[in-house]
Amino acid sequence: MTTLLIGAFLLSLLVITAVAIVRATDLFSAVMLSGIFSLLMALNFFLLDAADVALTEAAVGAGVATVLLLAGLRLTPPTEARGRSLRVLTPAVIAAVALLMIYASFGQPSLGDPQAPAQQHVAPWYIEKTPELVDIPNIVTAVLASYRGFDTLGEVFVVLTAGIGVMFLLGGGRGKPFSRLDSNVEEGLSRHLIPKVMARLLVPFILLFALFIQFHGEYSPGGGFQAGAIFVAGIILFSLVRGERLTLAVIPPRVLLWMSAGGALLYGAVGLAGIAMGGNFLDYSVLADDPITGQHIGIIVIELGVGLTVTGVLLSIFHAFAARD
Amino acid sequence: MKLLGLFNYWVFAVLLMIGLFALISRQNLIKKIMALAIFQSAVFLFFITMSKIENGTAPIIQAGVDNQIFSNPLPQVLILTAIVVGISTTALGLAIAVRLYEEYGTIEDNEILALDRSA
Repeated sequence: MTTLLIGAFLLSLLVITAVAIVRATDLFSAVMLSGIFSLLMALNFFLLDAADVALTEAAVGAGVATVLLLAGLRLTPPTEARGRSLRVLTPAVIAAVALLMIYASFGQPSLGDPQAPAQQHVAPWYIEKTPELVDIPNIVTAVLASYRGFDTLGEVFVVLTAGIGVMFLLGGGRGKPFSRLDSNVEEGLSRHLIPKVMARLLVPFILLFALFIQFHGEYSPGGGFQAGAIFVAGIILFSLVRGERLTLAVIPPRVLLWMSAGGALLYGAVGLAGIAMGGNFLDYSVLADDPITGQHIGIIVIELGVGLTVTGVLLSIFHAFAARD
Repeated sequence: MKLLGLFNYWVFAVLLMIGLFALISRQNLIKKIMALAIFQSAVFLFFITMSKIENGTAPIIQAGVDNQIFSNPLPQVLILTAIVVGISTTALGLAIAVRLYEEYGTIEDNEILALDRSA
């Protein structure tokens, strides 16, 4: 009951924030509100037992998305023009559809109903068979990487494609080799003492945490998607404080491109290795003598591929926006 | 009690429509992208709502704990990957908005249309 009430409170805040985002004419405040929106959404996911999703939403939605929107806003006008006054029809139709959906909700199973159709299908099988077939504690990772590895492969290629699209539209950032960098030029927030000290303390731990999330994803919430986003958040923080040029020198754009494509190809290669060793595409059981060891190897390698691609693509996108004047 | 159990669906409906409304009624392209993100988040909320089972816990098996009820892992997997795909497509939309601004000098879609017509 208490959880339900806390959930209802957080959901109400979510609606208020959404209305505030739509009403704000200052796009900067709208972006900040959308960060709050994502954080509230992450809390809701956590209350609904989706720890992995909450972690992803917090890292991606509240972290990286906010920074990318700000980077886009730097290049476009910061306020919204309110031209045409609203016709009556749009709000009326929207309100009618909302009321229809609320009416339809009375036919839905109540929150948490164990008899709901969604709980009857394949999910009990996943929960029951994972210890026996894959033998890793985090069932979400098992479904993501093993049972539905094909879906995830597709998603990784979608992320890669979106990254290529941004590169085409904005051009990749160009970096200078570290040795030729003039260290006396002050960039970013390096003149501000407090952000500088804070970042110096935080960045190593953020990167370490990302690696933990990457390699501990089989045992606790986490995996390649979350680790990639957190790693990127750490690097972006470094970039904000120490400047764009130094960041590009530490991780050159070419390396990022190799990471983006290499991760997706690594994932695909695991699938082909399964075929070569006599199994199906993305069947990890044949990768080792023992099927379960094979599953473990497969999952670790494809999670690494996912992490590499997500890191490479998101960081390339950030550099593409940041490099533009 | 029964009504409180449906609250998540109502919020889903309202958020979805707020997103759609802003997408239709706002001319600013960046605002449209944010509206699309709200729309998308509403769908995420709907899926995760369906994954919850009463007295359940996050689907991570703990050694030595028996008879645990786990929430449905499948919608969580679908949404986890969808969030990351969502940010990638948001970035692509932003990149298009930036390029449009460089070409037209505005990101209000009615002004862009007017410029196109007069050209």
